[in-house]
This record gives sequence, C-alpha cells and structure tokens, in this order.
Amino acid sequence: MTKTIQLPLTAESVKQLQAGDVVLLTGRLLTARDAAHKRLISELEAGLQLPIDLKDETIFYVGPAPAKAGRPIGPAGPTTSGRMDPFTLPLLKLGVRGLIGKGYRSDRVKLALIEHQAVYFGAVGGAAALLARQITSAEVVAYADLGTEAIRRLEVEDFPVLVVNDCHGGDAYSAGREEFQKDS
Amino acid sequence: MRQLSVKKIEAAISNLIEESAYKLPADYLEAMRAAEEREASKTGRIMLTTLLDNASYAESEQIPTCQDTGMAIVMLEIGQDVHLIDGNLTDAIHAGVRAGYADLRKSVVSDPLERQNTADNSPAIIHTEIVPGDKVTITLAMKGFGAELMSRMQMFPANAGVERVKEFVIETIELAGPNACPPVIVGVGLGSSFDGVGLLAKKALMRPLGQPSPKPHLAQLEQELLNAINDLGIGPQGFGGTVTALAVHIESYATHIAALPVAVNLNCSAPRRAKIEL
Repeated sequence: MTKTIQLPLTAESVKQLQAGDVVLLTGRLLTARDAAHKRLISELEAGLQLPIDLKDETIFYVGPAPAKAGRPIGPAGPTTSGRMDPFTLPLLKLGVRGLIGKGYRSDRVKLALIEHQAVYFGAVGGAAALLARQITSAEVVAYADLGTEAIRRLEVEDFPVLVVNDCHGGDAYSAGREEFQKDS
Repeated sequence: MRQLSVKKIEAAISNLIEESAYKLPADYLEAMRAAEEREASKTGRIMLTTLLDNASYAESEQIPTCQDTGMAIVMLEIGQDVHLIDGNLTDAIHAGVRAGYADLRKSVVSDPLERQNTADNSPAIIHTEIVPGDKVTITLAMKGFGAELMSRMQMFPANAGVERVKEFVIETIELAGPNACPPVIVGVGLGSSFDGVGLLAKKALMRPLGQPSPKPHLAQLEQELLNAINDLGIGPQGFGGTVTALAVHIESYATHIAALPVAVNLNCSAPRRAKIEL
C-alpha cells in the first residue's frame, strides 16, 4: 500500500511509518551530502550558528546534475548514506526527522532514529531522471561554493521513497534479505 | 605510417561521454528486462521496472540517467603503426573529457585530501596499451563511485585456491549490499600483480553482458559465482530478491608463484560504457 506523507514530517507522521512502506512525499526538504555534512559539523563544533534551521527537516543525500533549460533541477538520485553516518547523530539531535538516501546505516544511526523519532527512507539509486521529475523547485540556501554539494531547498511532489529504517526498529533491507536468502 | 590527429581522439571522447550519459548500453537493458521477468520479489520487480523506465525517460529527454555521471576512465589501445599528430595525447583526452562533461555533474576533486573540485570533471584516468595494427580503440567508462567505493582487492597467497577466491567475491557483494545500487555487474580480476589486478577487474566490467569468458574454467567460475551471489537474497536495490547481480565477468593474467591476487570491481544500475575504433 502506498502512503502519502506531507513534509515537514512530525513525530506523529513518523510513527505511522513502517519499514517496507512505499511512501510518496510532498512538501519541502533540504539536500546535503559529504562536503556539506562535514562543514555543518565543523561549524557546530566551533559553536557557530548554522546557516539553516534543521528542526523537523528532511535531508536528502544528493548532488544533483546541472538543470537543463526550463527545468528546476537536473537528475537527482540518492547517494550512499553510510558516508553520512558519522555526522548524523548531531543533526538528529537538532531535530532532523527524515533522511533520504540509499544503502546501509550504522547501528548507532538506527538506534538514534528510534530515540529521536526519525525515519530513514531509501530512494531508487540510479533512477535520478525520474526522481527529478517529482522536484518542482530548487534553490541553493547555503554553501554555494560547494557546487553540486551545496545545500539546496527542494519542493517535491509525490516523491517516491521506501521506508528502510523506521522509528520502531524495523529494517527493510534485513527483512527483504531474510525472505529471499537461500542456504548454500 | 598512418597519421591520426589527437583532435579526432578529443572529439570522439567528448561525443562518447555525451551519448553515454543519456543512453545505457543495449546489452545491459536487455539483461535488465530479462531480470524483470525472473525476479521473484514484487518490490524487486518494481525496482527493476523503475530503473528501466528511468533509462527510457532519460534517453527520450536527453538528460543523464544518473546524477553521478562518474569519473571518466579512458582505455586506449594504440596501434604501433599509428603516428599521433597535432599535439599531446594526454592533453587531448582531458580536453575531450572537459567538453563532454560541460553539461554534466562535476564529480572530481584535484587532491584526495584537500578535495577541491576541479569544476570541469577532468582529469580522466587513462590506461594505454600498445597493440599491433594502425588503429586506435577507445574504451570509455563513466564510472559511478557508489559501486566503485564498495570494490575491493586482496593479495592472497599462492595456494589460497578457488574457494578463497569465491568467498572473497561473495563477501564483497554482501558488504556492498544496497550501497552499490544492485543489481550489480561484478568484474573480477585474477592474477597479475598488485597494480595489474585492479585493471583486470575494470576490464572485466567493460565486457558486454551475455559474453562468458572464453576460458572454460573461468566461464564455469563466473556462473558458479553468479548463482551464489543471487542466492544471497539482497535483490534489486537491496530490498530483497533473487536478482542481486546481472553478471560476473572474470579477466585473468599470469601471476607469480607466490601469489593469487584478486580484485572485485562493481558496476551499478547505470553502467555507462562505450567503445569506438579510430
């Protein structure tokens, strides 16, 4: 069953989500990948004010391709989330509710999702052209010097994702694999 | 002696990049359609259908299939009877890469520690080989690094045997899981030296799908590994399923009496590659 969820997420909307749910997201989110995470955490550690408010935000790990004329953004699919694991706990503490990427998360991140009532979604890696079609606007809001790695504000409409790790400890990757693994 | 302008090589590389960014290889799409038929997981089939739809949409709209249009890996087989004229070959390759990536994402940093983006996706990674004849063959990969990052190599001792090789390949796929955007293509290098085995694995990824190794013992190993990998249950995008890899390709070379080098290079759901003879 497909669920339609509005962004920004709330503690209530996160609680409804179960690992394996197919979800269409509509609303606003932020993009950040390796370089932006590194800078956000350095600024936090230096006691600086962050350029963006992260409360209830959803962060999409993406470095989009340049936009073709007349389009808000170029192809924009998820990058590997695990690289952001070492930077994720402080962001969850600041109120981040949703993460979108692809691939495994660390045990620490999975536990932090439960603690902070947040959710990790997987988008289809390699389906960047189709995903960009669901993005209606894009604007750089911080770290413009990072190019594709800048932080962007996106508006999305029916953006398709699948719940990988929910706030109840569910994990779609391990559940999926258990179902199809053959003993050899 | 035949003369060939490096300007032609530059233009060819630029064209190959532009075309490959928007259009995935026909043999790959055929393998994906077959995978869509046999995948046992419903979610897995949805993932495969989505990736196929994405490929059609990207081609029809002339936009990249994946935002990560990769780093250019350029392999040149240069006939020994060719005289390259009109400038420096290396400069021409980098110029071709800059031109080809003009409208694509810039994913290259100049130094692995300082990490300043070069802003034009150059330089390319270049491998050259001198071969008989008077032609130049260019093989291009636009290598996405989600799968590259999950690739591994190991210098095993001489008597490690085929079972250790199998374990290492399978362990690599397990560690990669969803990170490498499965279904993956698995390129395995066996033999050579530390520097050579990685290139063997990369060359294995450049072989079109549906072509087993011409060496019977390696063709058999490719099939055994493919079956074992698909029994892992990782499935399309890692959500569980029966198609974790589309193919295993092995390239081998002689090695030293002390060693059994193994490299496993992975390709993702956007395996952009192209080849041209000049």
